[in-house]
Amino acid sequence: MSVLVYTEFENGKFKKNAHEVASYAYEVASKMGTTVTAVAINANSPESLGDYGVTKVINVQNEDLKTFNAKAYANTIAQVSAKENATIIILSSSADTKFLAPMLTAQLKAGYVPNVVAAPESTSPFQVKRTVFSNKGFAITQLDTDVKIIGVSNNAFGSVENKTDATVEDFAPDLAEEAFTTKSIEIDKVVGKATIADADIVVSGGRGLKGPENWGMIEELAEVLGAATACSKPVSDLGWRPHGEHVGQTGKPVASNLYIAIGISGAIQHLAGVSASKVKVVINTDPEAPFFKAADYGVVGDAFEVVPQLIEKLKEFKAQNA
Amino acid sequence: MKILVCLSNVPDTTSKINFTDNDTKFDTTGVQFVINPNDEFGLTRAMWFKEKQGATVHVATVGEASTEPTIRKALAIGADEAIRVNAFPEDGFFVAEQLAEIAKKGNYDLIIAGRESIDYNGGMVPGIMATLLEMNFVNTCISLEVDGNNATAIREIDGGKEKISTTLPLIIGGQKGLVAESDLRIPNMRGIMMARKKKLSVVEPISAPKATKDIKFEKPAPKGQVKLVDANNLDELINLLHNEAKAI
Ligand SMILES: Cc1cc2nc3c(=O)[nH]c(=O)nc-3n(C[C@H](O)[C@H](O)[C@H](O)COP(=O)(O)OP(=O)(O)OC[C@H]3O[C@@H](n4cnc5c(N)ncnc54)[C@H](O)[C@@H]3O)c2cc1C
Ligand SMILES: Nc1ncnc2c1ncn2[C@@H]1O[C@H](COP(=O)(O)O)[C@@H](O)[C@H]1O
Repeated sequence: MSVLVYTEFENGKFKKNAHEVASYAYEVASKMGTTVTAVAINANSPESLGDYGVTKVINVQNEDLKTFNAKAYANTIAQVSAKENATIIILSSSADTKFLAPMLTAQLKAGYVPNVVAAPESTSPFQVKRTVFSNKGFAITQLDTDVKIIGVSNNAFGSVENKTDATVEDFAPDLAEEAFTTKSIEIDKVVGKATIADADIVVSGGRGLKGPENWGMIEELAEVLGAATACSKPVSDLGWRPHGEHVGQTGKPVASNLYIAIGISGAIQHLAGVSASKVKVVINTDPEAPFFKAADYGVVGDAFEVVPQLIEKLKEFKAQNA
Repeated sequence: MKILVCLSNVPDTTSKINFTDNDTKFDTTGVQFVINPNDEFGLTRAMWFKEKQGATVHVATVGEASTEPTIRKALAIGADEAIRVNAFPEDGFFVAEQLAEIAKKGNYDLIIAGRESIDYNGGMVPGIMATLLEMNFVNTCISLEVDGNNATAIREIDGGKEKISTTLPLIIGGQKGLVAESDLRIPNMRGIMMARKKKLSVVEPISAPKATKDIKFEKPAPKGQVKLVDANNLDELINLLHNEAKAI
């Protein structure tokens, strides 16, 4: 009974989180003295997962699964899980995977623990550490079900290479029409730009930037750093930026390597959603702004002076380190 | 159309989080409980369906008697009837089983739940219910229109959004965006008075297994002092981010 991991494939390659969850699965499998089997849907070069410790890939190629459909994907993973007698299933925290996870949970009568930040504390009983209260705390949670599903937080475990030879086995799921009763009719997605969910760096602006016309420098800073752009809640409520950029407790969670907050005061709801980021930088005119208590590095200064200079200096730095 | 809104009762977003009983329990001392923000957007959308499309709106919560003020608030905002399953909501699968039972009895066309509860961040109750009830499901839903038996929803995806067409019966995991922030309602005096006369049934839980349990809680390690960099010395910031933090 290997550990089963669902590795997401998108736009011609495995997603960054696919390598991360494979690495996590390898760690769990090592602790339990077993191997890792991955399930990949419409992926090219599935054998490349061997780089991250996967020894077998269940390769699903199916025209009906070209566009993500949560129920059909959950059914597919459930069938693979049954065929492989999997008792431990590792998932990522992407929006798509968090959509299918509870359906998979119900189908397999499993226990599901999302937002897990570390390898299991113990595998018998099975206990994992997860964030609760929107990053304001952690819980050690025990799973007592036969099938256990672990959702790994973005960027919490990291990708670890473990070169193995992966065998690839084709599998054709049996998908009834009922699996497709929700239909995707339009996808509106930025292409070629980092997303808040998987960017290494996120540059975020708050009400201190005064108006939407001032976002040029935020976008430029993000571009220099290859970062995703984000904003505080009032900024999206005011319509300065799209809702999809709102981060925090009631917006998207951020768990990047670097989070740069510009003109953001650091309200508790904002911090709750971004505190999982590893390194936090704040740029704010007010030295008393609460964000300074939560940040690693801070600049007390006017964003309109600091950010343009920072962009220039980063360009020089990038040129030298290219 | 008959709508069920699932309400989770959670600490106010400004709450300080502490644990008690040797870090095995959440310390509710001094904590103010509110309708889960994701559910508040859903409840407000349900009010829209009630007022514009003649829907009937029931709300349900799995919780002990202490959750009744939250339910009363939903009634004061305009829900027609409330159901409380008298159990402590310790586990997502258990809660979903309870709500699915309520949903079966009530024959709802549309169930509105939230993307996640902001307390334990499970993000699983609506998806599990959808499977148990064999209903269509759209998660992280930011827009919902219903026309007869057809529904059009928009869901947030990583890096954008997706428009989905489906049919009732449907369950959604909703969030901010379902209605405008400015449409959220504060109960008025009349609503509060009317809520007192509305039906709030209390039912006992069905037996269902608990899939997970929390053994112990921890608070994040206290944060070290921030390193301040002079606004005229941004080279130093770049140096720190590159050499010390290894973040660029
Ligand atoms: C139920 C609920 C949920 C919420 N959820 C969220 C959430 O998920 N995410 C979220 O972000 N908020 C959330 N909030 C809102 C939160 O409480 C704050 O109101 C919000 O985060 C403040 O946004 P801000 O920091 O951009 O604006 P402000 O608090 O107005 O701060 C602006 C900052 O900019 C600084 N500034 C001004 N001029 C300059 C300049 N020229 N250069 C540099 N700095 C400057 C100021 O010193 C100030 O610190 C929520 C609130 C509630 C009640
Ligand atoms: N105890 C509960 N009572 C009623 N609804 C709940 C309860 N817990 C969760 N829900 C619903 O399920 C959604 C997701 O919750 P969760 O899976 O706990 O993150 C919430 O936004 C609610 O709509």
